[in-house]
Amino acid sequence: MRKLPPVALAAGALLLALASTTAQAGKTLDAVKARGTVKCGVTNGVAGFSAPDTQGNWSGLDVDTCRAIAAAVLGDAKKAEFVPLNSQQRFAALQAGEVDILTRNTTWNLTRDASLGLHFTTINYYDGQGFLVPKKIKVTSAKQLKGATICTQAGTTNEKNVAEWSKAQGIPVKTVVFESFEASFKAFFSGRCQAFTTDTSALAGLRNKEAPNPDDYLILPDLISKEPLAPAVKRGDDEWFAIVKWVPNALIEAEELGITQANIDQLRSNSKDPAQQRLVGTGDDLGKLLGLDKDWSYHAIKAVGNHGEMFERNVGPKSALALPRGFNNLWNRGGLLYAMPVR
Amino acid sequence: MTSTARVPAALWALLAFAALALALWLLREVPGVASVWAWLGAQFGFLQQPAGFGIAEGWLAFDSGDSYARAFQAGLVNTVRAAVPAAVLAVVLGTLLGIGRLTSHLLVRALCTAYVETLRNVPLLVQLLMLYFALTHLLPDSTEPVQLLPGWWLSKGGLSLPWPVREDGAFWPSRLEWPEPTAFNVIGGAALSPEYLTIVLGLGLYTAAFVAEIVRAGIGSVAVGQKLAAQALGMQAGQQLRLVVLPQALRVIVPALTNQLLSLVKNSSLAVAVGYPELVSVANTSLNSTGRAFECIAIVMAVYLVLSLLISAAMNVYNARVALRGWR
Repeated sequence: MRKLPPVALAAGALLLALASTTAQAGKTLDAVKARGTVKCGVTNGVAGFSAPDTQGNWSGLDVDTCRAIAAAVLGDAKKAEFVPLNSQQRFAALQAGEVDILTRNTTWNLTRDASLGLHFTTINYYDGQGFLVPKKIKVTSAKQLKGATICTQAGTTNEKNVAEWSKAQGIPVKTVVFESFEASFKAFFSGRCQAFTTDTSALAGLRNKEAPNPDDYLILPDLISKEPLAPAVKRGDDEWFAIVKWVPNALIEAEELGITQANIDQLRSNSKDPAQQRLVGTGDDLGKLLGLDKDWSYHAIKAVGNHGEMFERNVGPKSALALPRGFNNLWNRGGLLYAMPVR
Repeated sequence: MTSTARVPAALWALLAFAALALALWLLREVPGVASVWAWLGAQFGFLQQPAGFGIAEGWLAFDSGDSYARAFQAGLVNTVRAAVPAAVLAVVLGTLLGIGRLTSHLLVRALCTAYVETLRNVPLLVQLLMLYFALTHLLPDSTEPVQLLPGWWLSKGGLSLPWPVREDGAFWPSRLEWPEPTAFNVIGGAALSPEYLTIVLGLGLYTAAFVAEIVRAGIGSVAVGQKLAAQALGMQAGQQLRLVVLPQALRVIVPALTNQLLSLVKNSSLAVAVGYPELVSVANTSLNSTGRAFECIAIVMAVYLVLSLLISAAMNVYNARVALRGWR
């Protein structure tokens, strides 16, 4: 009797592993339409990207990206459903089909793209990893962090970046990693570590919202990595991949063409520009090619505004995070955003 | 099932597993079996790749260029490093508390009861987080450590103390290394981080409450006539306990204690919440950077299973020694 468990376990494990290797190709779009909601995996709360307020309403750049897709697919931004996932759960949840899209400030890199059974779509935020330090330790550059203890969250690219940076720069540091983001920054603010590291966008949110006194903390100017954050979908459904790729593109192109949440209805009635007409739903029917309505991009822009408006509302200079536009400006205004032509 | 029969059962399970592994290894060239090996290689091959993350503390030296396999080893060593002192603390403190709950002294009895009822009725995770944030809030900043004894520094960076080190190539330690405060942290000597102190104290104190109840029940199970007989022989209170009551109580205590030790080892996985880099923490990080969720979790399962079976086997050997002879 007592001999059985390990053998049974091994057999069970084997079955589980075999089952997990068979990809299932499903029509996500059909499933979404039948269900009536788009399920998006988000964080447990990262200000500016995906965070619930006290009433449980989600807001943030990733949340708006999801809403735009829900609006494009189902005609109603309210039909976006948010599933909070921690950084360990996120990929498994996407692979298992728990969520249709992962909009969870997730860095696009080769390993993830090639080995996790997912496709990244369109970058919605160009980020980089930085350090937050208390001003009283009198450090102004990451190079001065020799011998420091650094807090961060376990299982992130941040954890590996800091190890790599420490090795490459010859700056020995000790990292203390916590399972939850919250525990990691609480330990930092309690003084356990001399520095906290994550993407700079999140550092700004932490400093402004969680620090006992924001003026006591400084974000160091050094960036130690590139963190292009993009929504991801499960592999094996190219139609769904195309939709999740093109809706954010449409939002960027809307900004390029000056279409906003406020003027879209007016442009819909009187725009003579064919490029604008395609986005406001009065030109060629491009939605059909994606398996959507003709008004797909109209609904998306109407729901969340163009990419610039989304940025301003959630993370821009006037928001709580007060991040400069920087890399995240349009290509013709000194940034990296360049929409593939919606035509 | 009798207690002595369980020793072979646990060992048989391990042996069966080892035999299966050996058979797979010997038959690795056989076509059907070869494909299993190819599959295992594809699934677990990532263990040979460089891990690329750091492990903050531990007995096993680990560099971010080392492999995932090495990271798992370091994690396992860290699990043992936390669980063993916690187990010793739990058993010693638990035994004292259990005896304390039975003394005739009202204050001691009340204090022990209050301790047991508080600690065993609050979730362990909550206790760990409380302890951790209390430690990191109350201790002085690591830029301004306090010296408790010469060379003993206490700060948010943990407790640093002098430690014997050996020269390269030497077998025995030849000198003491003294910790020195530097710009950010105290460096050198042996360092017990707040994360480590939290998990050892948290696990030890929590499990002690359960051990106390087991010891109390064990002592209570010894017929009162035994104690009276010892008294009649003129034994002191300590002698009664040590020579007559405890040896009989152990028969009841040991099997239940085994369960507590098993729980303690498995509960050490909660250390991931307070930033101590034990097995589960390493597995989580590996799982994330490789995306190999099934493989990493399978390794964790297998390791805990083996650890638990080993503890069971050891405790059963001990149990066989204290059990009544010839009684099955």
